[in-house]
Amino acid sequence: MGSLFRSEEMTLCQLFLQSDAAYACVSELGEMGLVQFKDLNPDVNAFQRKFVNEIMRCEEMERKLRYIEKELKKDKLKIPDSDSNPKAPAPKEMIDLEATFEKIESELREVNTNAEALKRNYLELTELKEVLTKTQTFFREYGVGEQGHGHHNVVEDAQHALVPEERVGSVQLGFIAGVIPREKVPAFERMLWFACRGNVFLRQDEIMQALEDPHSGDAIHKSVFIVFFQGEQLKARVRKICEGFRATLYPCPETAQERMDMLRGVTTRLEDLEIVLKQTKDHRYRVLLNAQKEIHNWIIKVKKIKAIYHTLNMCSFEHSRNNLIAECWAPAKVLEEVQAALRHGQEMSGSSVPNILHKMSTKDIPPTYFMTNRFTKVFQSIVHAYGVAGYREVNPALYTIISFPFLFAVMFGDTGHGFIMFLFGLWMVVSEKKLDQKKNDNEIFKMMFGGRYIILLMGLFSLYTGLIYNDIFSKSLNLFGSSWKFNYTQETLDGSFSLQMKPEDIFDDATTGAYPLGLDPVWQASINKITFTNSFKMKLSVIMGVLQMASGVLLSVFNHLHFKHYSFVLVQFVPEILFLLCIFGYLLALIFFKWLTINAHCASCAPSLLIHFINMFLYKYEEPANINGTVPAFHCDNMGPFGNYSQFEMKCTGQTVFYPHQKEIQTALLLVAVLCIPILLLVKPFLLRAQHNAKMQRKAGLGARSHEHLVSSEVLPGQEPGPAESQKTGIELSGLSASEVDISTSVSINGGRGDAVMTMEEEEEGDAEAEFDTGEVFVGQAIHTIEYCLGCVSHTASYLRLWALSLAHAQLSEVLWNMLFRMGLKMDLPYVGSILVFACFGAFAVLTIAVLLVMEGLSAFLHALRLHWVEFQSKFYHGDGYLFDPFNFKEQMDPTLDDQ
Amino acid sequence: MIRNSLPVSNCQTNIQKKKLTMTRADTAFAVVTIFWGFIGVVCPILTGLFMRKSPNRGIVQIMFVMTAVCCYLFWLCAFLFQINPLVGPQLESNLIRTMQYEWYGINPQHTPEHPEA
Repeated sequence: MGSLFRSEEMTLCQLFLQSDAAYACVSELGEMGLVQFKDLNPDVNAFQRKFVNEIMRCEEMERKLRYIEKELKKDKLKIPDSDSNPKAPAPKEMIDLEATFEKIESELREVNTNAEALKRNYLELTELKEVLTKTQTFFREYGVGEQGHGHHNVVEDAQHALVPEERVGSVQLGFIAGVIPREKVPAFERMLWFACRGNVFLRQDEIMQALEDPHSGDAIHKSVFIVFFQGEQLKARVRKICEGFRATLYPCPETAQERMDMLRGVTTRLEDLEIVLKQTKDHRYRVLLNAQKEIHNWIIKVKKIKAIYHTLNMCSFEHSRNNLIAECWAPAKVLEEVQAALRHGQEMSGSSVPNILHKMSTKDIPPTYFMTNRFTKVFQSIVHAYGVAGYREVNPALYTIISFPFLFAVMFGDTGHGFIMFLFGLWMVVSEKKLDQKKNDNEIFKMMFGGRYIILLMGLFSLYTGLIYNDIFSKSLNLFGSSWKFNYTQETLDGSFSLQMKPEDIFDDATTGAYPLGLDPVWQASINKITFTNSFKMKLSVIMGVLQMASGVLLSVFNHLHFKHYSFVLVQFVPEILFLLCIFGYLLALIFFKWLTINAHCASCAPSLLIHFINMFLYKYEEPANINGTVPAFHCDNMGPFGNYSQFEMKCTGQTVFYPHQKEIQTALLLVAVLCIPILLLVKPFLLRAQHNAKMQRKAGLGARSHEHLVSSEVLPGQEPGPAESQKTGIELSGLSASEVDISTSVSINGGRGDAVMTMEEEEEGDAEAEFDTGEVFVGQAIHTIEYCLGCVSHTASYLRLWALSLAHAQLSEVLWNMLFRMGLKMDLPYVGSILVFACFGAFAVLTIAVLLVMEGLSAFLHALRLHWVEFQSKFYHGDGYLFDPFNFKEQMDPTLDDQ
Repeated sequence: MIRNSLPVSNCQTNIQKKKLTMTRADTAFAVVTIFWGFIGVVCPILTGLFMRKSPNRGIVQIMFVMTAVCCYLFWLCAFLFQINPLVGPQLESNLIRTMQYEWYGINPQHTPEHPEA
């Protein structure tokens, strides 16, 4: 069988690793990614573990790397995606790495601090320059006191404003110049006015260029201001106000000459500063470029180191022989590779003592592992979404590959829509590699991309079921010619609005028979189409349902056989399958029988299967009429035109018995089914109890033994008593770990294995004293019986959703065509009609995709999934395992440090 | 199908003459059964021979078998459902006129007062 039928066989291995080689070996195992380490120090605090220092160093390195990453982002340098997979470096190299990171980090910090200081200087100088230039303007207008050039109106205004006329020329005005953020100017002005009682004069001008804030790098707009006042008091007050508004004040010389000199000096200094700033930026850029080349590798390396040390922390350290002991689960198939990895690790670390791999047998439940490829992975994941398969039990995913898309297609059933879905899936599969690398963040697309193979298969099967339902965008194909050959006269046609055709007259039995591929195209436009398809789809759903459930019950046989519960096959499987087949298998047989034997000639005598089924349980039988002393056999041809009796003579209704010995057969089937219930209910618990008692007697006869254990969870080979069958069939040690702790397992409702609740105390010597709780076992089995029997009925009805959804889909499709697109086609407008048709088609297409493909697709997907999870899997699947979670470096390949 | 295989009685006072030839439905049944039989039986055997070393051999075989079983069953249900229909379609008269003309070439004889729909 394919590797998907059961989960892989796992062995618990014990690794004895030399201390110096341990790191390299774990690194090799991580590269391989096929072992799952068990934590041997579960009760040890994280800070008390052996390698906690190394982990802290790793954390420190990660912090530095994060800082470098942030700086890279600031300069908008992307971390390049590369496919390189560097191995984890040896511990000695770790020190080198640490040093490198330290150097880069300190360099970056230094550069940043310097750059900030330089920028601040630059800002000040720029502001000073602005102040000098702008005050030049002010003073020129004002015409400085000592020169007395004031002929401008502004000057006169200023003087008039500030000084009464008669005292012009003898007043000495002081001034303060500075720079203030633009937003604060109005408030500043008001404050000055209020505080100095209008005795100061403020001129301000905006600085055109935006200045860069040294710390945050934002652009700020500032204005230059100059305040004129007279006297020392006002000076002090103005100064205080400036401080309050956080305006920077600059010393501005009074004479124009000094101002020119200062301006020149400032300009020169600004130019020098610009050069220095540029060089600093270039230096930082160079450092970052160097880091950018390597950072991807560094991040991966650091993550790997940390993962290795975490794993090493899980091992137990043995001082006497200076080696680490690790316990791990590995698939039995890959033990060779594990050995090879260990040898490789030993070579790499240069140690001379070989590492030992020791297989242990244990009572622990191993993890479940399936080797999937990219096609089967998605089917396995939808099965696991409901419950991870138990160890080595039959895996429904193998069958889900086909049955899931098929059931979806039964509900989706439209060739046109199926084709669109198929194309979509095909596109995603063909451009797999390209789409995978693009790293799209859209969650919805990622989900659809993950299910590309499912979508492909669903589309393909929908194509097929659409052909059988004869439904392409709600239209039918007439490929072979209809089997209903009619030839009405015009008078008949004129006589009534619609005509109901009779199958005995119109249906061409002699030459064509039934339509070769699916439903006849004549039905698509008929008024009673829904009645016709309802009958078909309902019966189809029941047929599919019963067959899928029967196959589920059959699969449980494989489970019984594998776990060596041979008696369960007789005691559980046989009653289950008999119950299912006697009742619902019989219904299936009735359906096929009616399809094959009853035709239109005895249409009024056609048996109603539902009524017959109900009467089977009510034990009500209506015999056919007695004609001339004999009861004629119910044969459809007896009533036809070639027959001996007419339907009226036969006096048959939908409830009449329609095949000989129907009463006897049905009673027998009912009896068998009813008998199965107590067998299913009672026999198995008694059987389990008898087996348990036998086992106890055998154990008592063995006597006491002394045992030594290397490790507590190991079971020595000499300890297994008796034949393997009773050891395992008697009591299922599910979920039990061989320690001194009491563990009681809960009852698993999906019986099939001998689930029993028991408390088990196992002492160091290994003598198991099991207590068999009869009550719990009986209750468990009762629950299983009730659930199974009621489940058979309710699940069969549940499969009718196949009918319901396909009906809804067909109707929606018809509505979209008739009410939307056909309106555009029926319009009789020349020229304008073409545009309107285009618009109509647009609406039709959008609604088709949104409603019929996306919404109906999701709906059918969900219902098909539910049918698998509940109706199919409850017949045989336990789903109580846990996933194999190997120590794998592939997860560390993502070069971001965001998620920890 | 059962009716067609009944032996024709000696008195041929039948309204319809039944021929013992293969109907189109019989041909269809044979063809489809052979087709899915090929996919469901022969293809897995071929896979068993050609894919002997591949680990996915079992998966491919099961896929062939299940596809054949599901699809054949689906077709079979649709087929068997229609071989003995109990009711016929109810169509609008105008549609019948069109169908007779398009499918069976029956040219309606019109009087001028009844134009073709």
